[in-house]
Amino acid sequence: MKSKDLQALLDEPACSHNDKSKSGCARLKPGATAGGCSFDGAQIALLPICDVAHIVHGSIACAGSSWDNRGTKSTGPTMFRIGMTTDLTEQDVIMGRGEKRLFHSIKQAIDTYDPPAVFVYNTCVPALIGDDIQAVAKAASEKWGRPVITVDAAGFYGTKNLGNRIAGDSMLKQVIGTREPDPVPDDGRGIKVHDINLIGEYNIAGELWNVLPLLDELGIRVLCTLSGDARYREVQTMHRAEVNMLVCSKATINVARKLEEDFGTPWFEGSFYGVEDVNFALRKIAHLIGDEDLVKRTEALIERENKKINEALEEWRIRLTGKRALLYTGGVKSWSVVSALQDLGMTVVATGTKKSTEEDKARIKDLMGDEAVMIEDGNPRGLIDKVNDLKADVLIAGGRNMYTAIKARIPFLDINQEREFGYAGYDGMIELARQMVLTINNPVWAQVRDVAPWKKGKEV
Amino acid sequence: MADIVKRKKALSVNPLKSSSTIGAALAFMGVSRTIPMLHGSQGCSAFGKVFFVRHFREPIPLQTTAMDQVSAVMGSYDNVVEGVKTICETSSPAMVGIPTTGLSETQGVDINMAVKEFRTKYPGYEHIPVVPVSTPDYKGCLETGYADAVLAMLKELVKERKTAKRKKQVTVLVGSHLTPGDIEEIKDIIELFGLRPVVFPDLSTALDGHLPEFDFSPLSVGGTPVDEILSIGSSAATIVIGRSLVQAADWLKAETDIPDYRLDHVFGLEGTDDLIMALREIADKEVPEKLERQRAQLQDAMLDTHFMLGMSRLAIAGDPDLLYGMSKFLETIGGETCVAVAPSNQPILTEVPTKFVKIGDLEDLEQLSIGENLDLIISNSHAVESAERLGVPILRCGFPQWDLVGGYQKTWVGYRGGRQVLFDLANLQLQNHKGEVKPYESIYGQKPEYAKGQTNGTTKKVDHHGYCH
Repeated sequence: MKSKDLQALLDEPACSHNDKSKSGCARLKPGATAGGCSFDGAQIALLPICDVAHIVHGSIACAGSSWDNRGTKSTGPTMFRIGMTTDLTEQDVIMGRGEKRLFHSIKQAIDTYDPPAVFVYNTCVPALIGDDIQAVAKAASEKWGRPVITVDAAGFYGTKNLGNRIAGDSMLKQVIGTREPDPVPDDGRGIKVHDINLIGEYNIAGELWNVLPLLDELGIRVLCTLSGDARYREVQTMHRAEVNMLVCSKATINVARKLEEDFGTPWFEGSFYGVEDVNFALRKIAHLIGDEDLVKRTEALIERENKKINEALEEWRIRLTGKRALLYTGGVKSWSVVSALQDLGMTVVATGTKKSTEEDKARIKDLMGDEAVMIEDGNPRGLIDKVNDLKADVLIAGGRNMYTAIKARIPFLDINQEREFGYAGYDGMIELARQMVLTINNPVWAQVRDVAPWKKGKEV
Repeated sequence: MADIVKRKKALSVNPLKSSSTIGAALAFMGVSRTIPMLHGSQGCSAFGKVFFVRHFREPIPLQTTAMDQVSAVMGSYDNVVEGVKTICETSSPAMVGIPTTGLSETQGVDINMAVKEFRTKYPGYEHIPVVPVSTPDYKGCLETGYADAVLAMLKELVKERKTAKRKKQVTVLVGSHLTPGDIEEIKDIIELFGLRPVVFPDLSTALDGHLPEFDFSPLSVGGTPVDEILSIGSSAATIVIGRSLVQAADWLKAETDIPDYRLDHVFGLEGTDDLIMALREIADKEVPEKLERQRAQLQDAMLDTHFMLGMSRLAIAGDPDLLYGMSKFLETIGGETCVAVAPSNQPILTEVPTKFVKIGDLEDLEQLSIGENLDLIISNSHAVESAERLGVPILRCGFPQWDLVGGYQKTWVGYRGGRQVLFDLANLQLQNHKGEVKPYESIYGQKPEYAKGQTNGTTKKVDHHGYCH
């Protein structure tokens, strides 16, 4: 990818902090950097498209350590769970045989698995030796009559976040708008059905399925979730949505912004975590669509569901009220989860803002007050100290911090994509509460914090 | 002699291979207060970290030189120099390891030069060994990268044989196919002979899953202390476990002239006997009674389980040493390795007791297994879905294992470990109920349920072999 294209991707007019220096320009600090690369970000953003063959063009470390590594769920196809890589050899690198191998790999994937499309991810080594993956993809597509989509996201291009955008950009330029949606099936209810997209929803642990029944009831058809449980043919139709909801991820904001520019689709940023946020998201969808009947039915549904969930959460609130949580997570989750925790009667003592935007920070202040403690740098040592200083009962963070917390004998809840439980929607709140109580109130903590009986009395 | 069937297809599907880069990182993690810093893009380390975190369920010390577009094209010495300096400054490690990646090697880094530059620029950190190792991920696999890092560390740390000999000290070089549980068992056995093992690299004190008293360390916790590695030149003998370490063994032998005992594996009765015989000679002591007892227990287990495992048809997919060791182990109780797949070609593979070894992936494992009427698959967690599709039970072994807890601590070696492995394999067989005769309903039978078309339910569940559950 050319550097001017990369700069264009880093320049995101829909971000309020866009006047600041581009994150891609800030040099990473060798020896003190954590986090994934652009390839990681691109693969994470698109791998949940479950009927597509995802080919990682590169040496083994890229796919070998990362395939089959996500909690995203599919209602049907399992194509995305099959790891595919050109697994470049030393000979390929020296002799420049990468392109040829890629070309035949695409054929092999089509011959063996017959996917509706093939996605090709570029990585560092072929990017460096100059493999022209666009040309290979074009030739392969023409020869075998199958869409071959390129995602040029070599790791050294930049951060995971940039990779997310590259992924979105690939969909915008190569997939979205290449097919018209199927006609709306008649559900016999006589209500007008509206189309939306959920962008940045990954169906972790199947949590999308907590939300879809509500949308079905309201007569809202999700043309496509980008990308949880998505099919290639759904991504193709995303341009026809009436509203785009950007779910919990600024990372693919370019998709929402571009669809607004090109097709006039209004979009908003929302979350399905926490009762208030689900309420907000459903209302917002209805209002943006602007169908009075839908607005009315939405309000009725919200009232009914809130009553139900409030009753169900009562027993959990008794156990969680007054508990203190330290939230360390990226971007939108830094505030979207806050409201979910507050719904459970918990106090959020601090939240991480490393990947958060200015808007995110403003929202945090709205929710937590002006004295909200924001943690910029999330190095493990500092995080443990913060938990102790602020007397937090639980650390809520991504899986990478899980074992750090556990070694420090701190109760922990995993909030990121690797987790095994779905927290979205009204019903997701129950699971969230259960997981929280399960760790905070567990009898293990006393046992692992106490010294061995034969050492008692010796410490003065 | 097994034939080697090389990779012919373009695309690798469901890869079996893990990179040599993270193999090297693993070896560094077996040294106390050390941190590997991968010389590549930040993703190289992030992926490696997730890989090991999921396997060991432990915090993993792993850093990156964070190469970007500029350094990928213009050169990356600065990244190495500044990266090492930052780590030395913030964490004061006992050692820093620098495995290279496909990215930095393709860019053309001379990693030794980069380290020299660091030494010149920051002389204040002379006391901290910095060990670079060339491990581009387009070459070899986890096992070879690990072995290369072991060799690199020895070269950096072990100076000539010292005259003051430690008569009771035995160096044990352990290959990547051994788990922390295995290493613990090997140390126990050696100590029974009154010897003092210096295991290198020692994952059994680093990634064995223990709760330390302090709450956080950016470096490896446990592992072989660097000064112990320095003392390897004074050991009375060296035991080398795993053919992959042959170069490290050769170098150590040439450098120190310490007698060595090279064992390809220490699985099962024969493998463990080899280890015990070596220790008996080194210690000049009779075999402790406890081990005699354990040996007798293993023999008994072999008898008990040979009914289930004799003539069992096995598929094994893993790194070369593991594949070789497992197939030899199971051969001793009459198991047949019918399908063998390795991610990378190494000399030992020609000695695997099977017709041929396929250099390939888990798709190859699946395709070769069709029609083989397999009883068991031995491979890592990635192969679980393959095993399900094939309808064959699987015993998880090797890297990575993330769908069950405790794989990292399973003990495969020694008489005790071997006994448990046989029980586990036999139990998988017993649960599989293979070999029962399919119920037959005689057309003349007077059994009332026949007429109604209701059978007892068993005949309805027929597996792919045509056998009933």
